[in-house]
This record gives sequence, structure tokens and C-alpha cells, in this order.
Amino acid sequence: MWMWVVHRVTGVAIFFFLLVHVLDTALVRVSPEAYNEVIGSYKTPIYGLIEAGLVAAILLHAFNGLRIIAVDHSTWALRHQRQLVWGVWGLFGVLMVPFLIRHLGHVFGGA
Amino acid sequence: MTASSAPFTPGPKIKEPRIRSGRLRPGAEQWSWRFMRISGPLLVVLILTHLFINLLTGDGVNQIDFAFVAGKWASPLWQVWDILMLVLAMLHGGNGMRLLINDYAHHATLRKVLHSALGVAVIGIIVLGALVIFTFDPCPLDADPSLLPSFCEDVR
Repeated sequence: MWMWVVHRVTGVAIFFFLLVHVLDTALVRVSPEAYNEVIGSYKTPIYGLIEAGLVAAILLHAFNGLRIIAVDHSTWALRHQRQLVWGVWGLFGVLMVPFLIRHLGHVFGGA
Repeated sequence: MTASSAPFTPGPKIKEPRIRSGRLRPGAEQWSWRFMRISGPLLVVLILTHLFINLLTGDGVNQIDFAFVAGKWASPLWQVWDILMLVLAMLHGGNGMRLLINDYAHHATLRKVLHSALGVAVIGIIVLGALVIFTFDPCPLDADPSLLPSFCEDVR
């Protein structure tokens, strides 16, 4: 039930980001200056944190989506679907921690 | 868990697609369901690689500028990668949003308006993105040379 909510909320967030992301990338057809100026805002601390949230949403949506497919296709996965939910969060944590260390290092200077 | 001794037996298999919206147009909804199952794992590979290359290699988010994009799109691999990602992600996300509209917009007129807006957004973004990728000029003549990828010096 909770994963169903997580899947919907992350899906909607990713969809709206995608609209914005194609529009900002389209600025490469306007001029290098226009693109660099807008993409420069992605490098500020506030956007850096929003990006981290976006990456978190993508990872959760991705792994939970794979869990849904697994549960639908194998009775083993159906029997172990609760453990697979922990698997989703575990994999999420394992990838998110090193990502945050490196990404926030880039955003807040230093690394 | 109290029934740890009893073996688990799944109930009778429900006919696919196992989503509520399947009531309306079973044939079309089955294709929509199948598409989500096929595009999902592809998008996991496409997008996680995209994030890894753009945010974790080199200087991460700080390396992204016009020259970085131009350098990537100089290779047909990344052009194809990005167009695939664009089309699959917009259709996957658009179809997901369509299902949410079906679930939450109960009024027929509202549903029609939202579905139309969604259709315009999905088609508009795919067309715009495809045009950007395939009409991209990495070395615009009137641009400041310092902002361009290094290979533009040979082109001029």
C-alpha cells in the first residue's frame, strides 16, 4: 500500500521534472549563453538539493517498478514481496549514500 | 506471521492487465500495460546511465554546459540514447499520468480537458526534443568561441 503511494508520487514528480528538463535542454538551440545561464542555476545549492530529491525519486520508482514486474511474473517474488520491499529500500540506500556524498560535494564546493 | 507452517498458495490468477482501468477498453489497456512493463526496465538502464555519466563522472553537475552537451551529441550513440530516453520516458510518464487522471478526475469534462492537455504536452515535448537533438549545431557561427567545444576550431 505504501509503496503504491510512493510509486504514484515519485512518478508524478519525475514527469513534471521531465517537462522542465526538455525545455531547459532545448535552450541549446537558442544560444550557448542562454543554455549556460539557465543550466548554471542547476549548480546552486538549492537546485543541488532538488536534484538529489529527484535522483531519490527516480531510484525508488525504478526499483519499485522492477519489484512490481517481478511480483507479477514469479510466484517466488509474490511470496517474498515484503522482503522485496526491504530490498528496494536497501538498494536505494546503498546507491543514494555514495551519490549524495559525491553530488553534494560538487554542489557545495570542495570536491 | 502465524501461518508459517502452511505452504503459501497464490489465489487464482487474475487475467492481465491487472489494473482497474482495464474495465474500459481491454485491448488498448492491455497494450498500455505491456508498454509500461517493457519500457520500464529499458528506462532504468537508460536513465541510471544518463545520471551516472552527467552527475558522477568528471566534475559532476558543474561540468554541464553547452560544450559538454555538444561533445556528447557529437557521438551518434548519445543522440540515439537521448532520443530513446525522450520518447520512452514521455510515453511511459504520459501513460502513467493518463491512468492517474482516470483514477482521480471523476467529472467527464474535467477528464477530457486533462487528457487533452496531457496529449498536447506529451506530443509537444517529444517533437521539441527530437528537433533539438537532430537539428543541433555544436558550432554556431555567431557564438562566443570560448563557450564552444574544442573541436569547433577545426570546423571554422
